[in-house]
Amino acid sequence: MNPNLKLILGVLIPALAVQALASLAPDSLSYFVSILALAGINAILAVSLNLVNGITGQFSLGHAGFMAVGAYTSACLSVYAFPGLPGQLAFVLAVLGGGLLAGLAGWLVGLPSLRLRGDYLAIVTLGFGEIIRVLILNMDFLGGARGFIGIPAETSPFWVMLCLAFCVLACVRLMASTHGRAWLAIREDEVAASAVGVDTTRYKVLAFALSAAAAGLAGGLFAHKQAFINPNSFDFMKSVDVVIMVVLGGMGSMSGSLLAAVALTLLPEALRPLAQLTGVDLRMVIYSLALIAMMLSRPAGIMGRKELWQLGWWTKR
Amino acid sequence: MNPVLSVENVTLRFGGLCAVSDFSLTLAKGELAGLIGPNGAGKTTVFNILSGVYQPQEGQVMAMGRSMLGLKPHQICAAGVARSFQNIRLFKSLSVMDNVKTAFHHEGAYSLASALWRRKDAVAGEARFEERANRILSTLELDLRRDEPAGSLPYGEQKKLEIARAVATGCRILLLDEPAAGMNAGESAWLMGCIQTIRREFDLSILLIEHDMKVVMGICERIHVMDHGVKIAEGTPAEIRKDERVIEAYLGTKRT
Repeated sequence: MNPNLKLILGVLIPALAVQALASLAPDSLSYFVSILALAGINAILAVSLNLVNGITGQFSLGHAGFMAVGAYTSACLSVYAFPGLPGQLAFVLAVLGGGLLAGLAGWLVGLPSLRLRGDYLAIVTLGFGEIIRVLILNMDFLGGARGFIGIPAETSPFWVMLCLAFCVLACVRLMASTHGRAWLAIREDEVAASAVGVDTTRYKVLAFALSAAAAGLAGGLFAHKQAFINPNSFDFMKSVDVVIMVVLGGMGSMSGSLLAAVALTLLPEALRPLAQLTGVDLRMVIYSLALIAMMLSRPAGIMGRKELWQLGWWTKR
Repeated sequence: MNPVLSVENVTLRFGGLCAVSDFSLTLAKGELAGLIGPNGAGKTTVFNILSGVYQPQEGQVMAMGRSMLGLKPHQICAAGVARSFQNIRLFKSLSVMDNVKTAFHHEGAYSLASALWRRKDAVAGEARFEERANRILSTLELDLRRDEPAGSLPYGEQKKLEIARAVATGCRILLLDEPAAGMNAGESAWLMGCIQTIRREFDLSILLIEHDMKVVMGICERIHVMDHGVKIAEGTPAEIRKDERVIEAYLGTKRT
């Protein structure tokens, strides 16, 4: 089959399937469907952060900042720029615009900061995330601390799944290419990578910008799902949440990030009945205990560096 | 004949420490030369200058008629100068095959968009990489290890893989930093043959740092000797063996 067609079908089929399932679901499950959409958005964030933290071996702590750029840009575009356009079209353009601007922000932040390594890079990206949040907090036309209201709620499970499937497939294809090998080489040994001809700065910035663009997409979807955003949705803890998903899934494993994002979004919800039963909200305690237990028993994460399709139940080696 | 590599009066200081001073060296096309000297003489520092890790304060480095000063390591690699490392620096969790394929990257075969859409040039590029990697791996007798992670190979094969990866960059000049270190007599004898083979097969000029005198005297046509950052002798193996200053640098002077 034509590989282009394969990519398009690979993105469309899951998206249509998810939309069909969601529209079949009775109204009593609408809350659950909304949580699943949130899980999908988190999965986009985790898969994209994995490109930087897991695959290229850098350490970014500012993913929520790029998500905020995407969310606020798309919200502005929807509300101020395209109010006349039909709902879905305006939404798609707005979300794409948000992704684009977030990618640009990623490129701008990455250019100077990716000369740093390890802890230093983590601090710079953390700083960037906070700067974005504080900037938004002080911009009145973005709603400041009151938040941005009146965003059309256009995000459907279809669009979330479409973006997620595209991000995952794009990652898979790039990883099988010479560009993916360059990123992995940087993670494994930066000195050796540059000695065999990989332009390490260029590739680190590229990974950073692509990852930021995907985070911007996720932000746009989030904004148009909640119909309301405020700066506190994109604080430091959000960045940490995404890092936890990547680490728990296994640094460098795309399917691991995806699984961990879904699991960690659903876990607090799944524990809600327990909280009602006991009358004490122990959800966050259990959540952290579960994380500690996971890290003690499987320090490399759920998947390690492997992918689901490399596990080999069916590809006998 | 014009030298492919010429180092002219290079000096490198780290603060007050003069790591390499007024060092010169030329490598003729197709030549296999050795760079020897006691520990701390500055041999690896010279390699680091040649491969762009350090920038010297004085002097000139020319490869294939182009100045290498101010270039970054990946640009020097693209210009045709590749190196191996003294302490193995493989991409440990990547497969042997992918280690070699990474070295083709700088040729810029296809774009990000081509990779995403799997356009024809991406598919053809990958097929060509596969074929070339196979040729290099079979020349170095690593083809059976193709799919294993590089970190799981035994020490001697990791050294071989590092040479394979350097050769795969398509270099004209190959710098080998202690290729025989840690090898037993049998392995280093095999390595000597192997270095000769790749030089012929891939049309390379080779400069190697080595402590194993059997290897150096056995295959090098010309030997440069360094001590304390200065070149103290240069000549054929037979000349170097008799050179007073070399003997002094290695063994010290006779007490009188």
